[in-house]
Amino acid sequence: MTAVQKTRASAHAVGRRNAPPPESGTGRPRTGRRRRVAVLTPWLFLAAPLTLLVTFTYLPVADMIGYSFTDWDGVSPTRSYVGAENYTDLVTQPARFEVFLVSGFYLAASVVQIALALYFATVLSFDTRFRNLFKGLLFFPYLINGVAVGFVFLYFFQPDGTLDTLLRLIGVDGKHLWLGDPDLANPSLAGVSVWRFMGLNMVLFLGAIQSIPPHLYEAAQLDGANRWQQFRHIIAPSIKPIISLSFILAVSGSLAVFEIPYIMTGGANGTETFVIQTVKLAFQFDKVGLASASAVVLLILILLITWVQRRLIPEERVELS
Amino acid sequence: MRRKWVLLVAATTVAVTACSGQGGDGRGEIAAPPSDPAKVSGEITVLTNRTDQISDGTLEKYAAEFRKVYPGVKVKFEGLTDYEGETKIRMNTENYGDVLLIPNSLSLEQYPTFFAPLGKAGELSAKFDYTDHATVDGKVYGLANIGVANGFVYNKAVWAKAGITDWPATPEEFVADLETIKARTGAVPYYTNYKDGWPLTNWTNAIGSPECDPGAYDALAKTGKPWTEGSDLYTIDKLLYTIVDKKLAEPDPTTTNWEDSKARIGTGKVASMWLGSWAISQMRAAAEAAGEDPDDIGFMPFPAQKGGKFCSVLRPDYQYAVNVHSDKKAAARAWIDWYITKSGQAAAEGSISSVKGAPLPDTLKAFSDNDVTTIPQHQKNRAEVNEIDKASEIGITAQDYRQKLVDIARGAADGDMDSYFDELNGKWSEAQQTLGG
Repeated sequence: MTAVQKTRASAHAVGRRNAPPPESGTGRPRTGRRRRVAVLTPWLFLAAPLTLLVTFTYLPVADMIGYSFTDWDGVSPTRSYVGAENYTDLVTQPARFEVFLVSGFYLAASVVQIALALYFATVLSFDTRFRNLFKGLLFFPYLINGVAVGFVFLYFFQPDGTLDTLLRLIGVDGKHLWLGDPDLANPSLAGVSVWRFMGLNMVLFLGAIQSIPPHLYEAAQLDGANRWQQFRHIIAPSIKPIISLSFILAVSGSLAVFEIPYIMTGGANGTETFVIQTVKLAFQFDKVGLASASAVVLLILILLITWVQRRLIPEERVELS
Repeated sequence: MRRKWVLLVAATTVAVTACSGQGGDGRGEIAAPPSDPAKVSGEITVLTNRTDQISDGTLEKYAAEFRKVYPGVKVKFEGLTDYEGETKIRMNTENYGDVLLIPNSLSLEQYPTFFAPLGKAGELSAKFDYTDHATVDGKVYGLANIGVANGFVYNKAVWAKAGITDWPATPEEFVADLETIKARTGAVPYYTNYKDGWPLTNWTNAIGSPECDPGAYDALAKTGKPWTEGSDLYTIDKLLYTIVDKKLAEPDPTTTNWEDSKARIGTGKVASMWLGSWAISQMRAAAEAAGEDPDDIGFMPFPAQKGGKFCSVLRPDYQYAVNVHSDKKAAARAWIDWYITKSGQAAAEGSISSVKGAPLPDTLKAFSDNDVTTIPQHQKNRAEVNEIDKASEIGITAQDYRQKLVDIARGAADGDMDSYFDELNGKWSEAQQTLGG
């Protein structure tokens, strides 16, 4: 509301400045019309994004919360209200939460991902040869459609496929069932996710690093600081907020992993994640009510974890000077 | 200002939610076939899963043939790659074509809500097979175009190379034959198609074959432990388990590929796969494309005999139904009847026509030559079986529980066959009790 008031006040001022001399009688209604238009302007600009946001995010979420209290099967025109039964069903069956263990693999992978992204972002922020080419190469995987990534890596992981052939070139022999061996399947999938999302983290870090004033490096160099010391004392503290944001996204991301395992293994061979389980409940076992309740629980979990994280690592302003 | 917005949002929510409710007009009125072809007119939309037949123009040809008989009707096809998923979502609206295939996951008692009845059970069952799969309260809601027999698609050349010419008559013999194939040829004896998953669901369609019992499927509703020795599901799943356990399947099931598998069986790299009879013509085509003899592709029934005879259950493929909201029901019904009885589509693809008395197609000549008993799989208790299946979260028509079975058999998951069957039995009987009580 404050923003609106501010705009209105300034619009009023503008109106007055441009208004014709007071003796003309037609001046007043014109100012009024302008004021009305000025009041509406911000809402007109907001209309498109707000409509999209409400229709495609808030309405479905509201509907979903509604479904979570029913026994709807996804097709039938009738559904009956069952109260909190779906939620009690969820919490009384710990087996439904076992799939979160799989998220651990993705969480571990995202630590690797952030470390790699930091490394590349730092290296590429200095005057590296072909830096733009490398930036492009590293960011490119993020632009590829997730389904395509899944299919490409299916071939990559086939026994005697690309990965095995590459390993043989460097002398590591043997057929590995990258997706078939239950001990390797989750790390393999998590590896794909690192490959796909590392570029995004890197670009975020790179942007933050570039906002560091160059004279800081110059001063550090004069004082004899090497690259590592520059990273440790200038870059890392300056981009701390972005790093902590990345970790928050990593945690919620690894709880809600879906695309890559769903396309590559369909959740078979111990790679089922919570979201895959939810999708199966809804579309395979016709338990849309229960699945909606699962989705709500996941939402609450993510909100909770984010809140705890924010409490543990409070946001701090970084002064760059 | 803020209150107004809240009101507006609330009003929109109510309006949108209200729209998702359904009107039910014209329900119960039979979509009868038109008596005079010249009088029907209009454009009908047919939803289909055969995107391949849209792109190669086959369906368009049928539509042109149809137009010669019904000059006033224009048929438009809409192909859906993820047919099951998309149709089910569209059925929340009124716009799901005029003619559509009934999604498998829809339960029987919901048919009258979505489809127009096509006729009385007594009349239609005299003309077509499998009408009992879509009968609610004495009215039929869907007609199948083709029936499907399930069996092993196998490469005759590979089996002959291993010195096997006769069909195995017991599961044990079948496994022994696969072992011989593994020892004497370089072929993978059996291909699970684990990654794509749905080929694994075909095993469920064998229910009825081992004991040659048309009521075996219906019995699932009454039994608390379907995975008990001597029952069909036990025999079927034990066979799959043994094949994988004895390393007679492909080494890495998780990276299989359905399209590739067709060429592999055609070229003899794979010796057998459990599939529906519809797959025979596809495999033959793949063999031909790979430069091999299409006649190498054979089809054998489940390795079990009753009274010295093999037995194969027949199940309907997708059933065609008319949208209850359609305003061109006569034209829609005309298309269904013409497509099933006149188009010759079943014969062209080597499928079993659902028209009563139609002979077995050429692809199944081996069945008639070897005097295989074909029995229809009754599904009178389909609604109950479905309900138990969904409540138990086993999914006998889905791939997941069999993927787990394969995982256990190849040592990728904990447990063994007996412990897994116990677990499945436990889930099944628990769901049955919950629903019954």
